[in-house]
Amino acid sequence: MDMSLPRLKSRSLAIWKRNALVWRKLIGPSLMINFGEPLLYLLGLGYGLGLFIGEMAGMDYLTFLASGIVASSAMTTATFEGLYSVYTRMVPQHTYDAMLATPIEVDDILAGEMLWCATKSLINGVAILAVAAALGAVSGPSALLALPIVFLIGLCFAGPAMVISAISPGYDFFNYYFTLAITPMFILCGVFYPVDALPEPLQAFVQLLPLTHAVALVRPLVAGQPLSDVPLHLVVLLAYAVIGYYIAVVFARRRLVV
Amino acid sequence: MTAVIEARGLTKRFNDNTVVREIDFSVSPAQCFGFLGPNGAGKTTTLRMILGQSPLSAGSLSVFGLSVPRHGSKVRKRMGVVPQTDNLDPDFTVVENLRMYGAYFDLRGDGLARRIDELLEFVELADRAHVKISTLSGGMRRRLTIARALINDPELVVLDEPTTGLDPQARHMIWARLRDLRQSGKTLLLTTHYMEEAERLCDDLVIMDHGQIVDQGSPPQLIQRHVEKEVVEIREAATVANGLLDSLSGCRTEWVGDTFYCYTDDARPVVAQIDGIDKLVFLHRPANLEDVFLKLTGRDLKD
Repeated sequence: MDMSLPRLKSRSLAIWKRNALVWRKLIGPSLMINFGEPLLYLLGLGYGLGLFIGEMAGMDYLTFLASGIVASSAMTTATFEGLYSVYTRMVPQHTYDAMLATPIEVDDILAGEMLWCATKSLINGVAILAVAAALGAVSGPSALLALPIVFLIGLCFAGPAMVISAISPGYDFFNYYFTLAITPMFILCGVFYPVDALPEPLQAFVQLLPLTHAVALVRPLVAGQPLSDVPLHLVVLLAYAVIGYYIAVVFARRRLVV
Repeated sequence: MTAVIEARGLTKRFNDNTVVREIDFSVSPAQCFGFLGPNGAGKTTTLRMILGQSPLSAGSLSVFGLSVPRHGSKVRKRMGVVPQTDNLDPDFTVVENLRMYGAYFDLRGDGLARRIDELLEFVELADRAHVKISTLSGGMRRRLTIARALINDPELVVLDEPTTGLDPQARHMIWARLRDLRQSGKTLLLTTHYMEEAERLCDDLVIMDHGQIVDQGSPPQLIQRHVEKEVVEIREAATVANGLLDSLSGCRTEWVGDTFYCYTDDARPVVAQIDGIDKLVFLHRPANLEDVFLKLTGRDLKD
């Protein structure tokens, strides 16, 4: 198995560009889901539940939820792209085989894909923040500082998703990942309620999960509250991104370069 | 003259299964070199190793004097590839496919645009430049794949069964384009199991079976080396009296399916003997590469 360290090269941008061109062709349905989903969540849950809850962790529930959804949507957007789109291009569509007949190598492809996953998270984050701002759930312009974090969250979840794509025998296999990793994080990592509401052992466990750290960075930025433990949160997100990328490259080589 | 490709003891194993077994070959510049063999002979695996898409299990391989797969990326920059399975990008139109593929070679701007126009003319797809890939016929897709393989003006073009599944018109058109390429000084490497294709295009070829090279030479050399000059084929020969077939003079004989083959250096006595027999259908022809192929790789079904 080729375990050599990937080298980042500018030609991975060609893969990013390919995906951006395809996205531009399908911009209608893409933006529909980017704006439509958060609008439903924020209106339905934010206003509906918010009416009963009022405040949570020192902020309006709509703001609490909106900031959580900014982080969790960055996770799901990058995950979907890293699973379904990457797998489709890797296996049934043979897109990577065509690329590998050019100077492009596996590490270039996955670096480009990862950047694209994060770019989609970013587009999605902009949409949610716009909706949240329109609903008055954003404290001020400092919320824009959440956008670079959203990009990083995209990288963070793209890595592990591409690992799953590289080892997956088919689309159905993704259900394991969703049920065992993504959905638990969505429920447990502080999107809907603060993590300190969880039982003690579970609190320690969710500190290992990247979405907890994503929410911990995004929420204060959106709500205009002071940040804490910034280096820790950044390191956790970066570590998932980098280690995920490396493992994905090793497994994708095993699948494509045989 | 240094070889474009040089392979020594090239071997590929998947677990316990050896698909390419210590083969040696060398491809000279500006020639068309063929890999001829039945399905499963190891042709495609050999090509994948040449592209640096498959690590070697043993042996050595160099392309343009650079060792592969270590310098795979550098080597592929000077190479064009037409794969066996279509992998055009379905999300793009014809011209977008070429433009994007050019970007993978770091090509862009006016130079790339001009190159794309030339290539679309070359494969006769200029009027389809802006249609989606899904609306193209099989022959058009293959032509587009050939145009795509030429985007970087490669010195070596590798084609894996370039005409499999195409109708005769499309096949002849592709053969003509491949001859143009060879005349323009490009080195071609192709795999095929169509004898006619190999005979028409290849200056030199190897016949592969079970991962090994059975023989190597130009088509006329191989024919001369392995089979008699002429062949008489008797169709539906099972209905012909056995005594007659046994009595045919001076033949090496073979059965393939229901056809009886008589190989000889002078077929005139045989033809004289069977001509005019009621309901007997026969064909008298010069020996060709297919006869060599069947002799060397056996007549049984391969898979």
